[in-house]
Amino acid sequence: MTSAIEFKNVVKTFSKRDGGLQYVLDGVDFSIPAGKTTVIAGGSGQGKSVTLKLVLGLMQADSGRIFIHGNDVTGFRGTNLERLRTQFGVLFQGAALFDSMTVFENVALPLQERTQKSEEEIRERVAATLAQFELTGHEEKYPAQLSGGMKKRVGLARAMQLNPSIMLFDEPTTGLDPVMTQEIYHLFVKTKAEFGFTSVIVSHDIPKIFNLADQVILLNNGRMDVFDSPEEIQWSEKPYIQEFVQKTMGDIYQSHLVE
Amino acid sequence: MKSNPIAKLGDAGLYVLTDLGRMAIFLLMSFRGSFRRPFRLKELVRQVHFIGAGSLVVIFFTALSTGMVLGLQGYYSLNKFGAGGMLGSAVSLTLIMELGPVLTALMVAGRAGSAMCAEIGIMRISEQIDALDCMAIDPFRYFITPKFLAMIIAMPLLTAVFDVVGIAGGYIAGVGLMDVSPGSFTQGMMTSVTNHDILLGVVKSFVFGLLVVWICSGRGYFVREIRGAGFGAESVSRVTTQAVVLSSISVLVFDYLITAVLL
Repeated sequence: MTSAIEFKNVVKTFSKRDGGLQYVLDGVDFSIPAGKTTVIAGGSGQGKSVTLKLVLGLMQADSGRIFIHGNDVTGFRGTNLERLRTQFGVLFQGAALFDSMTVFENVALPLQERTQKSEEEIRERVAATLAQFELTGHEEKYPAQLSGGMKKRVGLARAMQLNPSIMLFDEPTTGLDPVMTQEIYHLFVKTKAEFGFTSVIVSHDIPKIFNLADQVILLNNGRMDVFDSPEEIQWSEKPYIQEFVQKTMGDIYQSHLVE
Repeated sequence: MKSNPIAKLGDAGLYVLTDLGRMAIFLLMSFRGSFRRPFRLKELVRQVHFIGAGSLVVIFFTALSTGMVLGLQGYYSLNKFGAGGMLGSAVSLTLIMELGPVLTALMVAGRAGSAMCAEIGIMRISEQIDALDCMAIDPFRYFITPKFLAMIIAMPLLTAVFDVVGIAGGYIAGVGLMDVSPGSFTQGMMTSVTNHDILLGVVKSFVFGLLVVWICSGRGYFVREIRGAGFGAESVSRVTTQAVVLSSISVLVFDYLITAVLL
């Protein structure tokens, strides 16, 4: 199976105030298969969001190589990095909508800035996308007038505008109530079935999020453990994983929020 | 935390150097943004309106009161030497070469600079700038460069307004309230103000505009990197205060330097 994203011996450190180094990623290797859903889990400060930022080129690794669709993109800058980023769609934790723009303007932005489409074409395309994400009638609203779930839907609609081959979800259900959470999961399943992108989800919402996963990556103290299925985690003999299983996955088989 | 004072000093020195380095790169990226296409003319016009037209009221009242105070105090001082007729010259030179550019810059830093810093800081902490990056949209071309250009355009214009209103204030106080003759006020002004004096004011306003927009935008952009700023809304508030203080001090320091070099 081809890899959409591959890390080879990637190290990322941050300076500590005492002059030492904190190893967020300590020589990690993993591969995210194309077309599949990978969930990256782990405690706070374990480097989940840093991993996403390294993939996007928002941060640079100290050492190691990063491959996207088989191409070495380590250290990409300028135009190369911009071109690389057009392959990605990102749904941010807080949706990251532009406060001063309406829903329509937010969703239209990537098309206006990154394509040569006419205003009429953009209007039609945005209207179709908004209908697809059940946002018709909210075009003129500003982000401050939307609920948390709607903001996420607008964020997802915006992220899908350039037909990305890889979608990154940073804590997609944080701050949402159970009903909204379920709605976002349904939307994820529907959108993925339609567009067929590779998806990487960083989430705390365990074990529910595992229902969506084809592969799970657990982060702990700079190291990664990769599992080919969520169920496989239960058979690991590593103490930290056993502890993780006890804390978070007691009812993994009983949890079927997403059909 | 480091307990050794030398280590603390070294740490602080490294932090200052790193901060200066990132601010220098920020300045270069902001200028580079003006050469990248498509150029956002509408955003530039919107920013010129926000900085320029939006600051007119505060500039008008500051200039009027400053000019009137200069008129009264200038007349009081000059009259002691029997040189009350030189009031027009004193008021206009003081405003054009010194007070116009400096006070305009301080007012704009407080009004538009703080707003810019807070806006960019909020965009940073709410990941809106990351979102632009991820959509392969250059944040500098998209919204920072228009602010730079708008400030560089608006600051000299606001300074010109300040000078005119300030001189009018001096005229009202000197001619209207004291016994300076209108002819000697205007004649003194016209004979003493040279192109070099006006150029000095223009250079100052241009440099001050650049300092204000650079420091205020840069502090907001790097809100997460600034040591001791804290997190979330608190970090934006602290960094905004820091930006206004830093840009005001920079304006005063550069005021002396430019005067010393160009006078």
